[in-house]
Amino acid sequence: MTISATECLLQMCEEHHDLEDYQSGVPRWCTGCGDNAILAAVQRLCRDEGLRPEKTLFVSGIGCSSRFPHYMKTYGFHGIHGRALPIAEGVRMARPDLNVFVNTGDGDCCSIGAAHWIHAVRYNMNMTVFLHDNQIYGLTKMQASPTSPKGTKSNTTPRGSYLEALQPLSVTLGVQNVSFVAQAVDWIPELLYDIVKAAFHHKGFAFVRIVQRCPEWLPKMLDPWMHDPQKVLLLNHEQGLQVSPGLAKVYKNQEQHDPSNLNRAREIASYTDPIPVGILYRNPAVPCYEDLRRSPQLRTTEFIKTGLNAEFDKFTVWPQETQRQRAA
Amino acid sequence: MDDTVTLKSPRKAARKTRSPAGEKSVVTLNEHIVEVISDSGEGAQRCGQTLGSIAARMGNGIWTVEIIPAEIRPPERSVAGASGNRIRMGSGRVTNGGDETDLVVAFNEQVLLGRVRDGELKPGCIILLESMWRNHSDPEIVASYVEAHDRLVAAGYRVYEIPMELECRALVADARRGKNMFALGMLCSLYSLDLQLGREQIAITFGKKDANVIKSNIVLLEAGHQWAESNLDLKFRIPAVRSTEPQIVVNGNTALALGVLASGMEICAMYPITPATSASHYLSEVFEKVGGVVHQAEDEIAACAFAIGASYAGKCALTITSGPGYSLKQEAIGLAVMGEIPLVVVNVQRGGPSTGQPTKPEQGDLLSAIFGSHGDAPKVVMAPSTIEDCFYSIITARKIAETFNMVVVVLSDAGLATSQQPFPRPKFSESWIAPPVDQSVIPEGAMPYDWDATTGLARRFIPGQPGGMHTLTGLAHDRASHVAYDPDSNEESIHSRSLKLAALQRTLKAPPVFGDPQGDLLVIGWGSTQGAIEEAVESLRAKGRKVSSMHLRFLQPLPPGIKEVMQRFKKVMTIEGNWCDRPQDEIIDESNRRYSALAMLLRSRYLIDVDCWSEVRGQSIKPGVVRRVISEKLKRKDGLT
Repeated sequence: MTISATECLLQMCEEHHDLEDYQSGVPRWCTGCGDNAILAAVQRLCRDEGLRPEKTLFVSGIGCSSRFPHYMKTYGFHGIHGRALPIAEGVRMARPDLNVFVNTGDGDCCSIGAAHWIHAVRYNMNMTVFLHDNQIYGLTKMQASPTSPKGTKSNTTPRGSYLEALQPLSVTLGVQNVSFVAQAVDWIPELLYDIVKAAFHHKGFAFVRIVQRCPEWLPKMLDPWMHDPQKVLLLNHEQGLQVSPGLAKVYKNQEQHDPSNLNRAREIASYTDPIPVGILYRNPAVPCYEDLRRSPQLRTTEFIKTGLNAEFDKFTVWPQETQRQRAA
Repeated sequence: MDDTVTLKSPRKAARKTRSPAGEKSVVTLNEHIVEVISDSGEGAQRCGQTLGSIAARMGNGIWTVEIIPAEIRPPERSVAGASGNRIRMGSGRVTNGGDETDLVVAFNEQVLLGRVRDGELKPGCIILLESMWRNHSDPEIVASYVEAHDRLVAAGYRVYEIPMELECRALVADARRGKNMFALGMLCSLYSLDLQLGREQIAITFGKKDANVIKSNIVLLEAGHQWAESNLDLKFRIPAVRSTEPQIVVNGNTALALGVLASGMEICAMYPITPATSASHYLSEVFEKVGGVVHQAEDEIAACAFAIGASYAGKCALTITSGPGYSLKQEAIGLAVMGEIPLVVVNVQRGGPSTGQPTKPEQGDLLSAIFGSHGDAPKVVMAPSTIEDCFYSIITARKIAETFNMVVVVLSDAGLATSQQPFPRPKFSESWIAPPVDQSVIPEGAMPYDWDATTGLARRFIPGQPGGMHTLTGLAHDRASHVAYDPDSNEESIHSRSLKLAALQRTLKAPPVFGDPQGDLLVIGWGSTQGAIEEAVESLRAKGRKVSSMHLRFLQPLPPGIKEVMQRFKKVMTIEGNWCDRPQDEIIDESNRRYSALAMLLRSRYLIDVDCWSEVRGQSIKPGVVRRVISEKLKRKDGLT
C-alpha cells in the first residue's frame, strides 16, 4: 500500500500516544490491590515505548489478575484458567510482528497451569510475562494457593496451610533455556516500572514475578516488608537494574548482583526475608523457539503448490503411458 | 484336503512340487485377500504395504489394513503378537478390507494361530508357512510347530511349508529381516505381478537408505519370485484395468496430512497419541517444505490452546488427536466456540472409554464431538468415509472454520488411519488456500461481534487491524466483547452462535442415496463404514433385496433432505461402530435401550423410529457381517416405520 506524504505525516502524528490511548474502562479491582500498580506501570511502558495499540496483545488466564487485558485499549485475550501461556505461544508462532504480554496469577500459573509454565520457560518464546503473585486465590474468595506461605489460614485451610510455599523464581531458574527472571513488588512503583521495562526489552521469555498485596484476603501479610526498607534486598548492577540515588537512600540493603550469574541468581531466588527486588538472571543468547521453527520462506500459493505436488509425486501411480514418458 | 501339500522336509518339499515354469495353470480371480503376518519387527507390514502398492500400480483396486499387536514388542512367536498387513486386491475398485483371508504368508505358526482363533481365515485358506521351526534346536518349538501344522492341515487349510529364511541366508547376512522381501517376490509370482514394478517400488520404499540396501532387497525379491516360479504350483491373476488418470496411494492419516498442506494451514499443534500420531509424523516430515510448523506441545490442552492462539492471530490452525486427548481439549474447544475463533480439530477415533483400545477402530466419539464441552457449544462435526475424503475433509474443514468462525471437528478412526486405498491424484486449486491475514482498518463504529440477525455471523477482528482493539473473552459478552451478565446479551450471543449452524446447514446438499430412492430398508452410516455397507447393499440388491443406504459426511449440522429419504423406506436403521444395547438382552426393552450415536441423533431430530445395529470388536465392520445384519433386519417384522 502506498500513501501520500500528507497522509504519512498525519499517521506519524497519530502514532504518538498518550496514556489515555491505552486505558480502557475503570478497573474493578479492590482499592489497594497490587494489580492497579501493575496496570499503571504497564500503561506507562506502552506510552513510553510508543507501542501501537493494534500491534499489542495482552493474553491472560482466569483470576483477578487476568482481568488485566480488559483495562488495556489494545488487543486482549482473556482465555481459560491456566492456559494463557500456550495461547500466547500460538499467537507468537503465528505473528512475529505483535508485542505479546501475558498476565497470570499464582493460581493460574503455578497451580492449574504449572505444566505450561515450565515448558514456556523452555520454549523461550519472545513475550513478557507478569506473574501477579498475591499468594492467595482472590476471585474464588480466599483459598490457599501454591505460593501461600505455610500456615496461611484460608477457606480451604482453616487451620493454616500445611505445605511450604512454592518459590516461582526458583522453579523458573531451574528450567533449561531460562533467559530472563526478575522480581518486583507492587509498593515500589519506580522499580516496578524499571523491571517491567527491562523485561519488555529482553528478547525471549521474560518472566517477572510481582509480589503484590491482596487487601481483601491477606490485608496485613506484606506489611512488615512494606514498612521496613531493610526487608527489601535491592539487586543493583550495571548490567541489571540501576537504582536511582533517591531510592538507594531509602533501600540501603543492596547487593551487587551480576544477572549473568545463574548460580547466585538461584541462591537469591530462594530468599523471602529480605525479599529480593531486581533482575536475577538475564541471558540474551538463548534462542527463541519461534525463530528455530518459523520458515523464512514467504508462503506464496506457488510455493505451497510446488511443495504439495512434490509430495503427491511420492505417492502417485501413473498411468502406463505417462510412466513410459517419464521413464523416457 | 486332497490338494493340501504336507511336507516332511522343506528341502524335499521344494523338489516335490517343482514344476517347470510356464506349465502352471493360471487361475483368474475377481479378487483375493492376502495377509502377511510375522512377529513385530520382521517386516511383514512393509512386505504387505509394498505388495499393495505394486498391485495398485498394476491397476488393481486395493485396500490394505494394518494388523497391529496391542504391545510395541510382544513376545516372539506369540498368538497375540501378529503384526502385518492385509491386502484386498480386486479387479475393480475396493472400498474396504473385506471378510476372510484367502491366502496368508506367516513367518511362524503362532501368529498364524492367532489369526485362525480370531476367525480371520477363510475355510481352506492357502497358507505359506515358514518351515525353519521344524528343524529348530529347541524341541519345544519343534513340537509346537508340528502340532500347529498338523492341526491346520487337519482343519482343511492348504499349507505350503517354505524354507524362507534358509533360502535368504545364502543371499543376505540378516536373513530374518530380509525374508519379507523374499515373501514379496513369492507373492509377485503367485499373483502374476510385474516384477519390474516390484523393483521400482522397493527403490521408492527404501529411497532414503543407501543404494546397497535397495540392491540387496531387490536380490531377495527376485529370489523369492524365482523360488515360487520353480517350486509352487500356484498361479493367480487378478485382471487389472490401469487407470488413465494418475492415482495416489496413501493411508488415511497421510491423506489427512496432505489435506493440511493443501488447506493452506501452516500451524499444527499436537501431542503424541495413538492412532493419530502417524499423521503428525508425516506432517513433521514435510510441513516445513511448505513453510508450516508442527508444534509438539507439552500436553493435549496446550496443543489445543496453541492452535487457538495461532488461529486467533489470523492463521487458522489445527490440532490432531485421538479419544483421550479429545476429552482433555474440551474446555479449550469451548473457549474457541465462545470467542468464535476458527479451529480445526481432528480426532482419529480409537476404542474407548478411557485408554480403551489405542490401536483399534471404533466410532465412539460422535456424541462427545457434537455435545462436548460444557454449556451450549455448537460446533461443526464432519466424518470422512474414504481415504480420499480424509484429504478433502481437511480443506473443507478449514474453509468452514474460517467462513463461520467455528470449531470444525473431523472424525476419522483407526481403520481409516492405517488403511490404504488409491484415489485420483488431486489437482491443485488456489481456492484451497487460506487467504492472507486481514490487516485492514476496522471502520469506526464496527464491533467485534456484530452478529447478523439472520445468520448469526459476525466479522472477526484480528490483532494488527487498526481500530479493532478489543479483549476477546471466554466470559459472556456483548457485541462490543464487553463482559456482560445481563440476560439479553447472554441470550443474544448464545442465539447467534447457534444460528451459524443453521446458516451452514442451508448450504449443504442432501446426501445421495446408494441404491433405489425407496424400498424396504434404508441403512444409514457415517465415517469409515461406507465401503462395507455399500458392498453389502450392492450384493443384496443383486439378489433382489429392496435395500439402499445413505452415508453422512456432515453429522452436525445434519444436511437437509434426510427425513424425506427416510420416509420412502419401510424400515430405517443405522450400522455403527459404537455401542448400542442388544434388544435380545433380558432386561433391555424400549424404555431403557441405549441406541447407537447416529441412531439417537436421527430419532430425536426426525421423530422416526430408526433402529440400529453395532459392534465394538476393535476392528472395521466387515461387509459379510453387514450383509447378515441387513438380511435379518429385512426378515424381521419389527421396526416398521
